[in-house]
Parts: sequence; C-alpha cells; structure tokens
Amino acid sequence: MSNLNAAVSAPPAPAEAPPIAPVLPGRPRVRVDARLLPLAVTLALFVLMFGAGSLLFDGFFSLQVFLNLFVDNAFLAITAIGMTFVILSGGIDLSVGSVIALTTMLSATLLERHGVSPAAVIALALLLGASLGFVQGLVIQTFQIQPFIVTLAGMFLARGLCYLISIDSIAITNPFYTKVSALRFPLPFDTSVSMNVVIALVVLAVAVYLAHYTRFGRTVYAIGGSEQSALLMGLPVARTKVLIYTLSGFCSALAGIAFTFYMLSGYGLHAMGMEMDAIAAAVVGGTLLTGGSGYVIGTLFGVLIFGTIQTLIMFQGSLSSWWTKIVIGLLTLVFCLFQKVFERSSARKVYSTRPASAARAA
Amino acid sequence: MKAPVLGIETAATPLRRLMRNRIFWPLATLGLLLLFNLATNPHFFAVTVRDGHLYGSLVDILNRASPLMIIAMGLTLVIATHGIDISVGAVVAISAAVAATLIGGELVLSGAHVPRFPMPVVMLGALAVATLFGMWNGVLVSLVGMQPIVATLILLVAGRGVAQLITSGQIITIYYSPYFFIGNGFVLGIPFSLFIVAAVLAVLAFLARRTALGLFIEAIGLNPVAARFTGIRARSITFWVYAVCGLCAGIAGLIVSSNVKSADGNNAGLLLELDAILAVVLGGTSLSGGRFTLVGSVVGALIIQALTTTIYSVGVPPEVTLVVKALVVFVVSILQSDRVRNRIAALGQIGEAAP
Repeated sequence: MSNLNAAVSAPPAPAEAPPIAPVLPGRPRVRVDARLLPLAVTLALFVLMFGAGSLLFDGFFSLQVFLNLFVDNAFLAITAIGMTFVILSGGIDLSVGSVIALTTMLSATLLERHGVSPAAVIALALLLGASLGFVQGLVIQTFQIQPFIVTLAGMFLARGLCYLISIDSIAITNPFYTKVSALRFPLPFDTSVSMNVVIALVVLAVAVYLAHYTRFGRTVYAIGGSEQSALLMGLPVARTKVLIYTLSGFCSALAGIAFTFYMLSGYGLHAMGMEMDAIAAAVVGGTLLTGGSGYVIGTLFGVLIFGTIQTLIMFQGSLSSWWTKIVIGLLTLVFCLFQKVFERSSARKVYSTRPASAARAA
Repeated sequence: MKAPVLGIETAATPLRRLMRNRIFWPLATLGLLLLFNLATNPHFFAVTVRDGHLYGSLVDILNRASPLMIIAMGLTLVIATHGIDISVGAVVAISAAVAATLIGGELVLSGAHVPRFPMPVVMLGALAVATLFGMWNGVLVSLVGMQPIVATLILLVAGRGVAQLITSGQIITIYYSPYFFIGNGFVLGIPFSLFIVAAVLAVLAFLARRTALGLFIEAIGLNPVAARFTGIRARSITFWVYAVCGLCAGIAGLIVSSNVKSADGNNAGLLLELDAILAVVLGGTSLSGGRFTLVGSVVGALIIQALTTTIYSVGVPPEVTLVVKALVVFVVSILQSDRVRNRIAALGQIGEAAP
C-alpha cells in the first residue's frame, strides 16, 4: 500500500506542485486555467461590493473598516476553512456551528465554575472538537453513511451537550480571556487588529500549505474529483476522509475559542446556523459543492463578502439584520447556478472536442 | 423479487412474517416506549372525558405530534425520490408568519376581534405561499439539477429571513379566536388537528398507493436514469413532490401558529427539519431513496413525541432530549447502512442454512 502511494505521488516533483496549474505546453495563446474563473469572479464581487459601499457611504472606504471585516468574522473564517476541506472532498459538515457553541460553553463552565487554567481549557476544547470530528469521520467512512445525516446527528449531539452543561449564558471574567479579548495589535494609520485575526491568518496559511503542498491535500482533491478513481490509484482514501472530518472538528473548536474571545461568554444558542454561513462562504468563495475544485483562499474572500454585506447593511442603517440572511441565501443561489453553468459548459467542451479529434484521427 | 421465495419459506411462522413487515419495528419501538411510561406511571393509558373532550397522555402525544406527522409525510415522498428537504422548518415559520400577518395582530379590548381578511383567505394565502416555496425547491432540484441538500439549504438560510421580513422581526400574537380551532379545537371529542393528519394521510396514501404515482416515485428514487428511460416524467414528478412537501409544511405552520397563538419568524419550527428527517428514518424509509412508507413516518413522528413526553415525565432535564435524539439518529442510520444490513443478511442466511 505504502509502496503504491509512493509510486503514485512521486512523479509530480514532490511538494512543489504549484497551486495554479501551469500553462499547457504547445498552446499558442496564454490561457488562464478555467478553474481559476470562479475565484476571479469572487474576487471581483468583493472589490465591487466594497467599492460600492465606499461610493455610497462616507467613512466606508477606510483601512479600519476593511480590517474589521477580519476582526468580526475571524471565527467564521476559521470554521469555513475547515469546511472547505470537507466540501473539497465531496462531503458536508453540518455540526460546525454547534461544536462552536459547545466549545464556548465548555470553556465558560471550566473557567468560571471549576477554575481550570486557560491553557488546559484551550487544549481540552481543541481535543474535544477534534475527537468529535474524528468519530463522525469514522462513522461516515466505516458504515458508508451520507455525511450530512451523520453530521446532522453530531449537530444535535453537540447542542444537546451544551444544554446539559447549562441552559443559561455563562459570562467569562477570567483575566487571561478578558486580556486576550481586549488585546489589539497596532498597525499603521492608527488601525489595529485583534488576536482572532492573527489566529485566523495562521490557520489560513497552514490550510493553504496543507491543501496545495502536501500529499494529504492532493488526496483530498482526488477524493472530491472521484472517490472511486482515488481508491483505484491506491490513495489512502479511508484515512484521509477520517482526517478531513477531524480537521473540520478541530477548526470548529478553534473557531469556538476565537468566538469565546470575541463574545466573552458561553451559551448554547451561540453560533446558531453558522454551519450554513460557513458552507455559503465556501460556495461563494468558488468551491464546487460536488467536490474536487476550489481554493482555500477563495473561502477567505467568501467570508469577506459575507462581512461586507453585514457592514453595508449596518452602514445603511434602516435595513434590518434579517436582510443579511436573505442576501446570503440569494448570493449562494447565484453562485450555485454559476457553478451549474460552469460545469455544463466544461462538460460540453469534453463531449464536443472528443468526436472532433476522433474524426480528425480517422 | 425475493418476496415470493421468502413467502414460501416463512409462511409457517406467522411471527417471522410479522417481523418482516416494514411497520413492525417502528410500531414495536413505539409500543415499548409507551409500556415504559406505563411502568413509571400507572395512569399513563388513562383517557378521560372532560367537557366532552378526550383528555389523557395518549391524546396529548397524538395532538402534539400532529405538525410533525404532516411534515414527515411530505418529507417521506421527497426522501423516496432520493432527495431531502431541510427547509421545512423555515417554511413552517413562513406559513405561520403569513397567516398571522393576514389576520393582523391588533388587540381589541371590547367586542370580537375582526381579522384583516376572512379565515379562508388567511388559510389559503398561507398554504399558497408555502406551496410556492416548495415549488421553488422543486425548480432548483428538478430543472436546475442542484443537489437537494444545497437547494433546500438556500431556503433554510433565506427562509428565516423571509419569515422575519413578513413579521417585521416581531413576534405577532394572534387574538382572533376562530383561528385557534385549527390547533386547539375538538370535533367529536377528538383534537381537530388529528382530523387534518388523517385527511393528509388519506389523500397522500390514495395518490401513492391507488395510483401509479407511488411506484413512479420509488422508481425515481432507485434509479432516476432508468426511470426516465421507462417513460416516467421524472422531472415533473420530482418538482411536484417538493411542492407537496412545501404544502405539508404550510399546513403544519397553520397548526403550530394556531396552537401557540402567535407567529415567531425566528423560532417557529426551529430544528423541526431534523425531527422530520428522524421521523422518516425511524419509520423505515431509507435515506437512499426508493421504497417508502407513509404510515411508518406517522409512527416515526409519534415515536419522537412519545420519547419527548417520556423524557419529561421521567424527570430527566428536557435538555437531554437532543442528546438522546442524536444517539438515536446515529444508531438507526448505522443499522440502515448497507454494510450492517449485508452483514445481518449474511448472518440470517447462515442461520437458515444450518438446520
């Protein structure tokens, strides 16, 4: 098995496969990889929306408003990055929102009611998140059950465990947590970012490395492209699938810790519906829901678009917060339709070129 | 195909034949739950007549389960086509919001409350809007070809926003007393909502079992390509199945809002989609599509309500319900997985071959 793996992954010079596929030799024109198109659309949309906001509202076009997109959505970015790996592999994880809630609840109760040290609390929370993800991945892989039903059960379980700890919100007064929550890293032009932003950026860097420069990342893409083919290639499909859900659980727990820093409380109703926001961010970021195509960096822009919509509605003032939900829903729809068109046109290309080349050969 | 062979083998043992019935296991689970309640509370099965109405724990379970039973039936058809609809909770909220808005929420202190629109308009309006949202899902799944989980996810996210938009983010209280009859009324001593459940079951069962529609739906769920090649209009049937599911959620929304006398865009029908999926799965319909049983889903909904009632009456904190449900979903979906089924089937064959 390991021999086979080595043989498969050896030819493309290890660890140096660029994230952007090189231009194929022998083509007369410079062609941009078609897979980059959704990412370009996402990027353009973000620039457009931020630009529109800057034109419409005074004080919108500032570095701090831009940085606040990160500050206010760092936890969403962290969990959406974990979700991206799941979606890239063709799966889905509905449990992330409730794992975040469980993390806040566990942290709050351990810190405030049992006097556990912050370091131990953080380690325990990460361990819990990763093991929840691991168990879900194991069930999905061992029994070949659709991921959405298993993670749905995981969602129930984590929310239920929250309520088992306490039905009420628990405020956190731990000095370490309040200090981290208030901590600001100063940046030029009198701006600053919070600790959560640093965590999110580190997660992003690690995720980009994992997705594009490791064997694990390539296997994730391969499984999403075609699980059958990945199996036949001798890739460690079972192990990787379990790892993907473990990673997503770990990211959710980390997002939960960031959320605890942000809210300074533990509550069973925290992060209600955030699984949908994370999925929407990944989809708007250009990740194909059928798996196999997409970029981690796209998800970051998905989150930024999400944040821009919220900021626009906030600046507008008279629109109510539920418009965010409607706009996010519509945006997800538009991107899904875009993906469908994209899929169809690329499928048509395959069908139309084959007979032509066959005819030429004959 | 196997049925006749098995019939010959097992005709001699009625118990085994009973156990092969798809409804047997859900009913047995429900029976066990009720018996457990009887053990802890000897008066559990007691049904008394008060003011000409039936009262008792059993009636209570039936009455409280009625919205879930209706949604589970609609969802059964969707799941039978190898689809899923996770937007039913949001559609319940939308239907309740439309009904409450059409009635109008002003409190009249003297005299009878006059609704903004007459009752039939209110009900038809809410049901029409719910059906429209079901059709929206249907278009996305059947025409656009989106995965059902994603298509309905969009409505799940946006639907709550729409419900809040209709109620302007407020919880609308309903003061119009004739409307309360839907969720709280009694006919011949039996809760009115149960008549609605019976009517929905009768109509759907007639369509599914007395016409070829049920067979078509199962064919689509088993193999959509093969179904289309045999001349089944898979697209339009899939579309209408989602529309019916929306309608069922709309009916449930009327019952829910009438029962609690208010419409809350944020919390009405919250997590109901998960209960509904659980009810369908517990009832014996496989999530991978194909064969379905409407009665099974009704029993599944009753199991969930009985479970909730049991947890309350035993004195365990109600928060445990979610954990118990989660574990039930895990166990049932593992038992339904092909891998476990094949293993059990293999064990059964060894057992039969041995003597």
